[in-house]
Amino acid sequence: MGFWHVLWPTGLFSNAAVVTAFRIGSAVAVVNAVVGVFVVIRGQAFSGHALGDVGATGAAGAYLAGITALWGFLAAGFSSGMAIESLGHRVRERDVATGVVLAFMLGLSALFLYLISALTETSGAPIAILFGSLFTVAPGMTGYVLGLSLSALLLLGIIFRPLLFSSVTPDVARVRGVSPRLVGLLFMVSLVVAVEESALVVGALLSTALLIGPAAIATKLSRQPLTSMALAMAIGVFTTWLGIILAYDSFLWPPLNRGWPISFFITSLMLLSYLTVQIASGRQRRSNAATALTDFGNLSTEREAWW
Amino acid sequence: MWHLLWPSGLLSFSFMQNAWMAGSAVAVVSAVVGFFVVLRGASFVAHAVPRGSFAGAAGAVLMGQSSLLGLGLFALLSSLGIALLGRRRRGAVATALVLVAALGLGDLFLSIGNVYAPEVFALLFGQVVGISRADVYFVGSLALAVVLVVAWLYRPLLMHSVSAEVAEVRGLRPVLLDGIFLLLVAAAATATVPVVGALLAFSLMVGPAAAASLLAKRPSTAVFLSIALALVSVWISLWLAYITSWPIGFYVSAWSLVAYLAVRLGQASRRGRTTLAQSDGALKTTTRGNFSG
Amino acid sequence: MRREDPEIKGRPVTQGAAPVTATATQDEAVLQISDLSVTYGARVVLDQINLSIRRGELVGIIGPNGAGKSTLLRAIAGLLRPDRGTIRFARAHGGTPRASRAQAQLGYVPQRIEMDPDVPLRACDVVGLGFDGHRFGLSWPNALKRQAVDRALALVEASEFGQSLVGRLSGGQLQRILIAQALVSEPSILLLDEPLSSLDLRSADAVVSIVDRVAHQSGVSVLLVTHDMNPLLRAMDRIIYVVNGRAVIGSVDEVVRPEVLKSLYGYDVDVVRVRGRILVVGDEEYGDEANRFHHHAP
Ligand SMILES: Nc1ncnc2c1ncn2[C@@H]1O[C@H](COP(=O)(O)OP(=O)(O)OP(=O)(O)O)[C@@H](O)[C@H]1O
Ligand SMILES: [Mg+2]
Repeated sequence: MGFWHVLWPTGLFSNAAVVTAFRIGSAVAVVNAVVGVFVVIRGQAFSGHALGDVGATGAAGAYLAGITALWGFLAAGFSSGMAIESLGHRVRERDVATGVVLAFMLGLSALFLYLISALTETSGAPIAILFGSLFTVAPGMTGYVLGLSLSALLLLGIIFRPLLFSSVTPDVARVRGVSPRLVGLLFMVSLVVAVEESALVVGALLSTALLIGPAAIATKLSRQPLTSMALAMAIGVFTTWLGIILAYDSFLWPPLNRGWPISFFITSLMLLSYLTVQIASGRQRRSNAATALTDFGNLSTEREAWW
Repeated sequence: MWHLLWPSGLLSFSFMQNAWMAGSAVAVVSAVVGFFVVLRGASFVAHAVPRGSFAGAAGAVLMGQSSLLGLGLFALLSSLGIALLGRRRRGAVATALVLVAALGLGDLFLSIGNVYAPEVFALLFGQVVGISRADVYFVGSLALAVVLVVAWLYRPLLMHSVSAEVAEVRGLRPVLLDGIFLLLVAAAATATVPVVGALLAFSLMVGPAAAASLLAKRPSTAVFLSIALALVSVWISLWLAYITSWPIGFYVSAWSLVAYLAVRLGQASRRGRTTLAQSDGALKTTTRGNFSG
Repeated sequence: MRREDPEIKGRPVTQGAAPVTATATQDEAVLQISDLSVTYGARVVLDQINLSIRRGELVGIIGPNGAGKSTLLRAIAGLLRPDRGTIRFARAHGGTPRASRAQAQLGYVPQRIEMDPDVPLRACDVVGLGFDGHRFGLSWPNALKRQAVDRALALVEASEFGQSLVGRLSGGQLQRILIAQALVSEPSILLLDEPLSSLDLRSADAVVSIVDRVAHQSGVSVLLVTHDMNPLLRAMDRIIYVVNGRAVIGSVDEVVRPEVLKSLYGYDVDVVRVRGRILVVGDEEYGDEANRFHHHAP
């Protein structure tokens, strides 16, 4: 008993909310891991995170307008994604453009949430929207989530090679007839779909964690995009399951006896794994460098050690 | 009609006086730090540090401490985490991971502490009316400290932001300067979050500085322009927030976007016109060249 | 008559450098540039360039910094739209130059690329993108592609680091990978922007041998930007000398002559030949040996 009890708590699979959490969590983890590898390769982590945050604006807007939250998320995501794509072409420009667009959308969500609480006197809404929880997902969402995940993956599969080409050598890709703009835009579409569906079901916070964490770890471990994706999927799904199990189990933990948030477990697991991989790969690289000891190599390893 | 635009108490209520003072200090510190944020393309850090510090505030409230203490501590921790994890090219990934870890912790604090929702809302979106005189002093001295540090380290920071390698060759330690930059962001976040809120603190850092750096040709001009734009944006926002009682963060971020877009559009249209005019001129000169040849 | 001449040069020297060989006919031209002008804002970067490039020819593009060499190459590659003039390509399988860029097979090697050291890509994956990176859909492992990639890697003598992460290659290694990426698509025109710049003497020599073979055995037309014409002298058929946005094309002996270069630079230059090397000496300053290359007009 004892330790195993933590990983296999009684009644885990007889709880409907937990089963839904497993299903939806896995779907979200898979699609985010795959999209996330490209996010990491293309250096779009900020955009990926920003799209999750703007979901809150869409949610609040949808609540005010009385439409389904999903459409609010998608509308906010698409408008912000397109704004970022069209404002930011160069790297630094893109960073600032993302910042300004995100700031505006968050400001808008401040307004919407204020209006919600002023008009309807429900004050808990902002927190639920910003953090979300896997355990409170309506089972009816499963179909939507699966459909959106599949379409994002399909789109990514179609643009896979031109996207990689224009991420690595954009000018060469253009000469070969690929339009990096168009491909970047299509990638933004699949990013928006992946991030918004997960922001809807697991909250903006976990959406960023599942998008960046597994991909960041996997790209450190592998040498090919496809293996990175497979690895990222495995890491994402495994972490999500572990997070669900721990969160379920934590209902019995002191001092609360009412459950720790799942996001806490997943995000800490991500950070820990990333740290482990980072330290391990740093050590390995340093020993590689040590074998080829030249004066210059010496210098650069010393410099690395600073970090 | 007139009293709608100039309602009573705008300047005379003591909480409004506090708001004006704290808001101005916040504008200056955000603009100064924001200049470096934009120069380095570090908007994500500017977003993540204040946002992550929210978790500290939640934790402090949970333990019955001042939320400013928690804010400062977590701003410091997040920026240290980013500095330690983020190599040059991996900055964004490290920032994202540190941010989500901090937020996960914040989520935990919130759920343990059962923090009252309006309090969270104030932390996230800022609450101008809640600023005490003590807060004003705190924010003011923090702002002063940041401005002094920047004035002292202006040139090394500038060189490092433009080209880390050149700076390193000149004997500046990149790690040290990265760390100083992150500490400045942390200080600015600690000063700004109580006024504008954790979600929108970075809009003051990014918006005015982005517009200013597009407009100005020289770095020092950009710094002062960015301060001016930030002050105007905060003052207008305070005034509008007082009139409409909408959250000030909304106005601040809306002004950021408007200023940035206006400058971008203005530049785009000017560039379009000049290239037209100039290529016209070029055509003339080349034809002339043909005739003479 | 003048217009048809495939050897029409930049304005000032149309009379200076005579057409090279009488055998040059329109049929052999794979690339024809007429009247090409490019401006950035008020700056005229390329000024009415006329060139034509033949099949299987190795052409060096040389000139001082900021002369417009990269701009010329990027205009040919279609990476920027010229303000005036036309660029015509022969179809990959011959015919007069009329086809659009899409029908010509272009290979392009950029001046340099930036790469995150952790990008999960091996060098051979980057080469593979040159093979089928422009196609939509996932790629399945196939022998044809693998062979093509291996051949290209072997050609640039990069097989030994084909499995390394691209982000961790040295500048010269990356340069060779990019050349392999261009070669694997079997281009009919190969455009290289300063491929020799980050290479040591031996590797530069190896790259020159590669482009020599590619041009003269496989019939690919190669346009290669370089700062130093000397490593290329043994392989180069013709040279394009670009100064201040104007260009002259011809054999080295025709172009690298004081009178021709004087009309380009706008002031006296000397051409010095020592031990098989050609040095262009700016006259107008001190004429000192260290300052021998590429002086700008004041
Ligand atoms: N995007 C641009 N906008 C404005 N001016 C440009 C741009 N790109 C190049 N230029 C200008 O056009 C001129 C030609 O540039 P180009 O890159 O073609 O020179 P180059 O001959 O390749 O020089 P180098 O030997 O340094 O590579 C330069 O004076 C440069 O300043
Ligand atoms: Mg160049």
